[in-house]
Amino acid sequence: MVATLRQRINDALTGLGDFGLLAMEAMRSLRYQRPSWLDFVRQLHFVGVKSQSVVLTTGAATGMVLCAQTFFQFHKVKMDTATGAVVSVGMCSELGPVLAALMLTARVGAAMAAELGTMKVTEQIDALRTLATHPIDYLVVPRFLACVVAAPLLTAEAIVVGILASQLVGVNLLGIEGTYYRANMIRYTAPSDVVTGLIKALIFGAIIALVACYKGLNCRQGAEGVGRATTEAVVAASISILVSNFFLTLFLTRLFKGI
Amino acid sequence: MIIEVREIYKSFGTNAVLRGSSLQISAGEAIVIIGRSGGGKSILLKHLIGLLRPDNGRVLVGGIDLTGLNERELLPIRRRFGMLFQGAALFDSMTVEENVGFVLQRERSHTGGEISRHVKEALEMVDLRGIESKKPAELSGGMRKRVGLARAIIYRPEIILYDEPTTGLDPIAAGVIDKLIRRVWSQLKVTSIAVTHDLKSAEAISDRILMLHEGKIHGDAPTAEILRSTDPIISNFVHGIPTETR
Repeated sequence: MVATLRQRINDALTGLGDFGLLAMEAMRSLRYQRPSWLDFVRQLHFVGVKSQSVVLTTGAATGMVLCAQTFFQFHKVKMDTATGAVVSVGMCSELGPVLAALMLTARVGAAMAAELGTMKVTEQIDALRTLATHPIDYLVVPRFLACVVAAPLLTAEAIVVGILASQLVGVNLLGIEGTYYRANMIRYTAPSDVVTGLIKALIFGAIIALVACYKGLNCRQGAEGVGRATTEAVVAASISILVSNFFLTLFLTRLFKGI
Repeated sequence: MIIEVREIYKSFGTNAVLRGSSLQISAGEAIVIIGRSGGGKSILLKHLIGLLRPDNGRVLVGGIDLTGLNERELLPIRRRFGMLFQGAALFDSMTVEENVGFVLQRERSHTGGEISRHVKEALEMVDLRGIESKKPAELSGGMRKRVGLARAIIYRPEIILYDEPTTGLDPIAAGVIDKLIRRVWSQLKVTSIAVTHDLKSAEAISDRILMLHEGKIHGDAPTAEILRSTDPIISNFVHGIPTETR
């Protein structure tokens, strides 16, 4: 019992150390090696362009439901026109980046872990190494760059679509006065809310890429190993996003608003 | 000596695979390492190119000790090697041309036309033509191995490693691979190191055979001598006589 617990703690700490080394090696590669722009563009297409529908649908659905729920509560105290402000601030600083990142984790993180895991079990990673190619340079860096660039852009899209969808629901369906809806939204949404969301998205993008690549590159043998690596990548990245979001909220709010 | 292995030990958990293996290989030799399945032949081969690190002992390539080098420091050393994997390990997202020309493409020292020409030459050396645009999934097992060999020789390495080159192939396809290995060795003047338990193949592609037994090199002699050896362990392996239940 104690031995098993000790082994688990040991494995967890070793894994954390290995993850740190992978992240450091990726940063070193970014600094000293010239990345392959063709691979970067391919990954950007996969992460950015192909995730559009998922992220935009998520943004729109979140904006609509947030608008409806906020309206139902605010209507009781005759604050209907404040609905837009709540939706806007919520979408910009919290829901936009977090939900876009979770959707990216499910679509992109899972695919990356499965692809790299399959490469690992079919010895393609070893083949890369024998061809004098560092797997971090060739596999991790383009994926990392693509996620770091695409996540803020997709988040910005999700925020815009979410706000537009909320306005559609609030003004056209729930009967909130449009002028006040927009005026309060603009009045209470600070530029720092948008910047907070985009900084979070950038960090979440880095988390998705690094966790997915780490899990894929350390995949165990066989189909079961690939399946497990994929599941672990999604779970670990999702939890990391949710936990880091809390600390980022505290840190960025204090940084921008001094609260 | 182009490769020297000094007393290496390697364990996975409680399973001690290599228990003090040592060997020496000179430039231009054609070597085969034989031994029972699961006996650590592939593990030993992967140590020669730094894909695995020994728990103890040293691996020297051209006098450079690989055991102290990190992954990035190993890259220029690995450039001296080519390796054919048991399952060929072709990149399945790429075409044959992209697979074979991978190293030249990565080095950015050749134009697209030059890379295509080198790919064509490498494929012709392994008797393949007109398959540049195919994906690995469209190829047979034998063709995949030949493409893997073309990928390993395109940048003219000094040493080529073969991990079970004929495993999973029919006798005719295996014979073709054996001939190609011999041809590559003689034409490119490389050092050829293969691991296999296929004795027919070992006889065809080697001048010297090393037998790995219980984690150590048990026999090391010219091919004909090993195949006629009276040593009970070697003789039992060569004649397929079971000695113990594993």
